[in-house]
Amino acid sequence: MIAAGVLVVSMAASFVLVRKIEAVYPSAPMEDVLFISSPEFVKRASLGYSGLLADIYWMRVVQYFGRKHQRESKEYKALAPLLDIATTLDPNLVVAYEWGSTFLDQPPPSGAGDDEAAVALIGKGIRNNPNEWRLYFTLAFVQYLGQHDYLGAAKTFEEGSKVPGAHPWMKIMAAKMLTDAGNLETARYMWQNIYDESTDKNLKQNAELHLASLVVDQAVPQLESLISEFKARTGDNPTSWRDLIASGLLRSIPRDPTGTPYVFQSDGHVVVADWRKLPFITRGKPQ
Amino acid sequence: MTTRIRAIAFNTFREAVRDRVLYNLVFFALLLVATAPLLGEISIGVQRVLLINLSLSAISIFGIVISIFVGISLVSKEIERRTLYPVLSRPVGRGEFILGKYCGLAGTLLVNTMAMTTGVYVALLLMTRSFTRADANILIAIYFLFLQFIVIIGLALLFSSFSSPLLSALFALSMFVAGSFAADLRGFAAMSHGPEGLLARAASYVVPNLASLNVITRVSHDQFIPAALVGYNTLYTLLYATATITAAVLIFSRRDLK
Repeated sequence: MIAAGVLVVSMAASFVLVRKIEAVYPSAPMEDVLFISSPEFVKRASLGYSGLLADIYWMRVVQYFGRKHQRESKEYKALAPLLDIATTLDPNLVVAYEWGSTFLDQPPPSGAGDDEAAVALIGKGIRNNPNEWRLYFTLAFVQYLGQHDYLGAAKTFEEGSKVPGAHPWMKIMAAKMLTDAGNLETARYMWQNIYDESTDKNLKQNAELHLASLVVDQAVPQLESLISEFKARTGDNPTSWRDLIASGLLRSIPRDPTGTPYVFQSDGHVVVADWRKLPFITRGKPQ
Repeated sequence: MTTRIRAIAFNTFREAVRDRVLYNLVFFALLLVATAPLLGEISIGVQRVLLINLSLSAISIFGIVISIFVGISLVSKEIERRTLYPVLSRPVGRGEFILGKYCGLAGTLLVNTMAMTTGVYVALLLMTRSFTRADANILIAIYFLFLQFIVIIGLALLFSSFSSPLLSALFALSMFVAGSFAADLRGFAAMSHGPEGLLARAASYVVPNLASLNVITRVSHDQFIPAALVGYNTLYTLLYATATITAAVLIFSRRDLK
């Protein structure tokens, strides 16, 4: 009985002590640690079960990204190496190239903000799966939105449109890249097509968020120009939306796509109430 | 002769089927299959791929474990329990005994694999609600896995014909690992010259060519498996198993059992 008591007390005390030691001498965070960094070694060590291991690594990528994204992390150190391992283990894991490049490309805190790594990953995907037109689309997408390389994007859309089974709007996008690449309408056209064509609920949700963000990107400058017009007409700054409604410039209080009214700032700028609900907006983000 | 082999095979099958460990392994494999849809939920876009990869890998790993650990005990258990002597005192040759044991375990694994295959298809149906033509490809991958088991049982029996169960398990497991690297060994041989090159080349052909018997990843992406590969793999397995069983019979025939 005494021995059992001593055992329980000493173990419990040692647990408490470990926490104290951690506080004094913290160990390196494990999240960004890759015990085996060579994709080729992992593939050889898989003893033929590389497909299963690739799925496990892909699961790890999703969990890693999800955790970092939730914490609005600015650094995604292990993301590119993890994706490299997953796609070396299973070079046909198309979903890892598609989503992985999006995770890499999106600017922090939505993603790693590493365009080059995204392009390298998707390039590897195309080399391994030359008949997957969606990969050409993803590459062109990164070139267009991430790198603003409109010529490169046009070329990639054109190449992808030649792949058997490619969607007809790949050809249209190639032409749009050469004529109206910087236009919001072009971006809207692309996201609308992604939304319409996708069967994956996550992809659909992502496209929906982008479409909503484009609505904000278009609405904010329009609202700001109405504020300028009010000032030009009356010589005073408006104090609220009601001033603009009273002057006939607006019919009602403007709302963002989430249904929340836009916030009227005293300096004449317009912002959304909660930008986290519209993570891809480029205008109307509070400073 | 065939009647005697059949009788030994049937007894081996019956004995293996009575083994609770076997049921535990099959149950565990089926449990893994059942968890695949849940694992797919915490990932993105790989539900079906993951189900196929996890299920077939479970069939493969558990099948190999059964092949090795039941295979090595087939002969040693009979010697240890002294049940081998009454069998051999009858008009049963040692070759027939080995062949009967081999067929019995192969039959057991066939039944196990069929049971696990049913589990895979049930899980697939629950996930996708309907079957497609590509789902038939899974059967080819499972057939190849069964060929792997056939090869491994032969090796386990060969090692157990002259060695202790522990060492036999170690040898058979090593051959499985080396067999997964057979293509790399051939690549290494092609780069080497002189005696090392010859040795590497010989080793690459002695170890079983298991890489071509694992098409799980290809099947998970609905990739086409050429009919020629099915034919060559079947023929290769038959030849390799014949060689290992012949070697096992030759060694066991000369073994002093007193």
